[in-house]
Amino acid sequence: MGENTKIVADATCTFCGCVCDDMVLTVDLEHHRIIKSENACVLGKAWFKEHGIEERPYALIDGREATTEEAVEEAAQILAEARFPIIYGLSDTTCEAQRVAVAIADMVGGNLDTTTSVCHGPSGIAFQGVGESTASLGEIKNRADMVVFWGGNPAEAHPRLFTRYAVTPKGMYVPNGKKDRTIVLVDVRRTLSTPVADIFVQVKPRSDFEVLWALRALVKGRKVDPSVEERTGVSLAVLEDLVTRMKSCNFGALLFGMGLTMNRGRHFNSGALLALATDLNEFTHWVAKPVRGHGNVTGADNVVSWQTGFPFGVNFARGYPRFNPGEFTTVDVLARGDADAALIIASDPASNFPKAAIEHLKRIPVITLDPKATHTSQLARVAFTTATYGISVAGTVYRMDDVPITLRPAFESPYPSDEQILTAIRERVRDLLGGNRLPAGTPLAATVS
Amino acid sequence: MAAKMTLIGGRSNKQGTSLCASKFGAEYIELSSTVEMNLEDMARLGLTNDSKVRLRSAVGEVVVRCKGRQTKDLPPGILFMTYGPVSSELMSSETAGTGMPISKNVEVEVEPVLVPASDGG
Amino acid sequence: MISPLRIVNGRIYDPANGIDGVVRDLCLQDGKVVDEVPPDAKRIDARGMVVMPGGVDIHCHIAGPKVNLARKVQPEDHRQDVHLRTRVTRSGTGGTVPSTFTTGYRYAALGYTAAMEAAVTPLGARHTLEELHDTPVIDKGFFVLVGNNVLLYRLLQEGRREEFRHALAWWLSTTKAYAPKLVNPGADELWKGERNANITSLDQKIGPFDLTPRGVIAAFIETANELGLPHPVHIHCNNLGHTGNYETTLETMRIAEGQRAHITHIQFHSYGSVAGKSGDNPTSQARVIGDFVNSHPNISADVGAVMFGRSTSMTADAPLAYMLRRFGGGKWINADTENESGCGIVPFTYQDRVYTNALQWAIGLELFLLSEDPWRMVFSTDHPNGGSFMSYPRLIRLLMDAEYRKAEMAKVNQQALEHSGLRDCQSREYSLYEIAIITRAGPARLLGLTQKGHLGAGADADVTIYDEDPDKEKMFSTPRYVIKDGELVIEDHEFRADHSGRLFHVAPDYDSGIEKVIQPFFEDYYTIEFRNYPVADRYLHAHQTIPTAPQAAAATHP
Repeated sequence: MGENTKIVADATCTFCGCVCDDMVLTVDLEHHRIIKSENACVLGKAWFKEHGIEERPYALIDGREATTEEAVEEAAQILAEARFPIIYGLSDTTCEAQRVAVAIADMVGGNLDTTTSVCHGPSGIAFQGVGESTASLGEIKNRADMVVFWGGNPAEAHPRLFTRYAVTPKGMYVPNGKKDRTIVLVDVRRTLSTPVADIFVQVKPRSDFEVLWALRALVKGRKVDPSVEERTGVSLAVLEDLVTRMKSCNFGALLFGMGLTMNRGRHFNSGALLALATDLNEFTHWVAKPVRGHGNVTGADNVVSWQTGFPFGVNFARGYPRFNPGEFTTVDVLARGDADAALIIASDPASNFPKAAIEHLKRIPVITLDPKATHTSQLARVAFTTATYGISVAGTVYRMDDVPITLRPAFESPYPSDEQILTAIRERVRDLLGGNRLPAGTPLAATVS
Repeated sequence: MAAKMTLIGGRSNKQGTSLCASKFGAEYIELSSTVEMNLEDMARLGLTNDSKVRLRSAVGEVVVRCKGRQTKDLPPGILFMTYGPVSSELMSSETAGTGMPISKNVEVEVEPVLVPASDGG
Repeated sequence: MISPLRIVNGRIYDPANGIDGVVRDLCLQDGKVVDEVPPDAKRIDARGMVVMPGGVDIHCHIAGPKVNLARKVQPEDHRQDVHLRTRVTRSGTGGTVPSTFTTGYRYAALGYTAAMEAAVTPLGARHTLEELHDTPVIDKGFFVLVGNNVLLYRLLQEGRREEFRHALAWWLSTTKAYAPKLVNPGADELWKGERNANITSLDQKIGPFDLTPRGVIAAFIETANELGLPHPVHIHCNNLGHTGNYETTLETMRIAEGQRAHITHIQFHSYGSVAGKSGDNPTSQARVIGDFVNSHPNISADVGAVMFGRSTSMTADAPLAYMLRRFGGGKWINADTENESGCGIVPFTYQDRVYTNALQWAIGLELFLLSEDPWRMVFSTDHPNGGSFMSYPRLIRLLMDAEYRKAEMAKVNQQALEHSGLRDCQSREYSLYEIAIITRAGPARLLGLTQKGHLGAGADADVTIYDEDPDKEKMFSTPRYVIKDGELVIEDHEFRADHSGRLFHVAPDYDSGIEKVIQPFFEDYYTIEFRNYPVADRYLHAHQTIPTAPQAAAATHP
């Protein structure tokens, strides 16, 4: 190890919702690069390798280079003048930054939404109807002797979900690791995850709800017609066998992904799965967990929930938080053409959103915060270059099972953090507005309910 | 002759690693402009690996290259693309009041694109 | 710079200093109560008003992973109870599980200046601290769940008491907790590991462990006392809610054998049964429980009164929540935390016509009215389990106003009243002095917060000033002034400024060698790294460490 390298142990990878905190990073301090990331999976390795310090302007205003301060002023003006400003993204930044973003939305009476609305938002909606029996990942490692993966491909999106948490590891009551577990995978096609499964159940596209509901019926001892096979591609015999196994295991876990939420049925699918896990608790111990995509989307859910009472899709225009998926979720707000300014933090909707939404983004002033150039930063009026969380920025993130972890950054960055920029914007907006904006009709005096 | 198929968007290892590098990098662009198709379906349509196809959904259309898969891995009638700017073109903004646009099992029409000898693109 | 204050002409209730409605000046400077202030100090004329120390809530659920799940799961709970932003304060939503800003502002608006979050897993401590940081005005702390901790169980079953003590101190210190919390000790292992089973007896074997709840409780009580913590073990007894459970409660209190122990929401643990019929409806054993607490000065309790209307059951007692779900039939949350605890959440409504709910309501009142020592039977509704903290003013009126109470008694299920002893203690009315004890001075003393709950020189300048009103619910709903750390936060019923309180926590000493015992356990059975587990100081913000007074070297244990 040279003079200019250091080791950062117990660092956290925030590429996906596994948020593995056992990274051992070898850092080249001179070149601001992570040259080795022990324990990282292939995605984590790329995350660490590709996030260095790029030579980029601190900010761009209408494509011209600008200082951070100039950009803060421009951004604050945009947000203070807008009548329907939206704030979106937030899943790839720290909780400390997320808290400031919500404060800005509250101050200007804007719309606040996170990438949850296009990821496990439907699972959040289902959760509000059904609830959820769940557990931290260590319970699954220590106790689960049956694990069902539904509508996801962990091998390519969450590799260490298999190797660190839910399949391979030896646990307190699962001393032989995978040998002591029955792994089931449910999907419409074979993927790299399939070989991990003891039982692979291939379902017809758009039939997950029916399969889940048939399982619920069987768990409750009802009859299911054999024509379920024609509808779903899964025979009654396979379903009955699954149910027998599920009722007789010691501790079961259902881990589910976008195959349920991004599909016909959306929250009905998630709700059916959550209800199935609940039903199984009549017989033995079952938990379910949505497998979260981005490193701190769970943090975003938590922060927005504790500050507003609602997890995503929140609007402050009337002076208090309102929640309504479909009305205040960002795809809808943009597709309707309602927003007249957008602050996009650590996210790239111009790359991932439907066309109608992207078209509207092009028509309004957009402010972006991102370490890298993205499709959204390219169409932005104000684009900030920020330091990358976890790599250069300290703070708090939440793993997919709500466990909060403190980041250990590898090297410093000349660029400001999201939190610093958002705080500067918030302060300037407060100056411009003279405090929180009050909607017309609010009693002038401070009100306490 | 257009065939109706079901498109599923998703993640892959290569998509994950290449997007870390850059969304404007060649690898990511190539990946997100590729569709996986069942080999029997490809044969029916007169396609080979790297052939161009047009995918048309209710809201948009894109031209991508195809890559064949065995039936045991990808059943006939099903297409797979990694998430990205190209797959998003096909996505409707209709969320049925949930906030979530559909990006899995999107109905598309598939049509081979006949190109002249010099490849435009 | 906060200007010094002189409050004049108000009637002061300061039971810790024996002051019972005396009109005298109260001087505040630099965040503390002082004997005198300069003549040009700002004056508040409190003529016709009652002056008390700020309220201290000894047990509520307001911040952390469990609370946030409960918040997130019921948008309908918040939708009808919104909290507008002002120029200087944040917006939020209410209901039984308000958002964090609203929680702090509303507690302050009731005249409370300190509250203890009652149950947090060590893994979730960081989350609780973040939420508490977003809970304005009030001072706060939390109790950390240790009563089902797997490593602590292993040390106990192996007879390693020294190491058990160091490990408990380590857990308290590294999570920045205020006190150790036990919830249905032993049940967690049965719930997770034995297909949703539960503890039913203090002497039953805890799954694979060579331990019983009795042994576990005894060890924690003893060790917490050895550590000299400001607040002793805070115990949610086994068998909560079950008919006949008063015997478990009596036995649990006996385990303390003269050592300090606190029984929380004791109302839920005071149920008898109709003679000889164990499966039937519960009856009240408030008198037996109350007599025991009255005659055992080492025991303290908070009532955990039930108030009719909506509530949210949120508890680390996972089997209890599952049982409650069967009554509601609606949504249910269960959340297991590896090696540490369980959690269950069920929205719930208490109805005056329902026998059990009416009985619970009556028992809560009975416990207050039979109490001979209000310093040790203090005020709580186990918010939001028994009812929201917003119902505190109504509960105060029920205690102070026998006429009102009688009218309310006429509305509830009469059979339940028959099976309670409420009619026998119906004539008692709490005085303002006694209310000041059970909502301020008593909880502060039980918590060991020596600068809270009183208005003697040196106390924190946390003061609530109420307009005197015969309708006590109205009076306690809207203090005219609330002063926090000497700053006028509420003046003429309105917020003048936002304010941030302090976190109180303990840091008992431990032998750092205990980490060599804890770390291997982490590596095998946890899924976060050992070094990432303790909570960094950056989460403390404004804080105060409350000293512990460890006793002389403990006698050796068998």
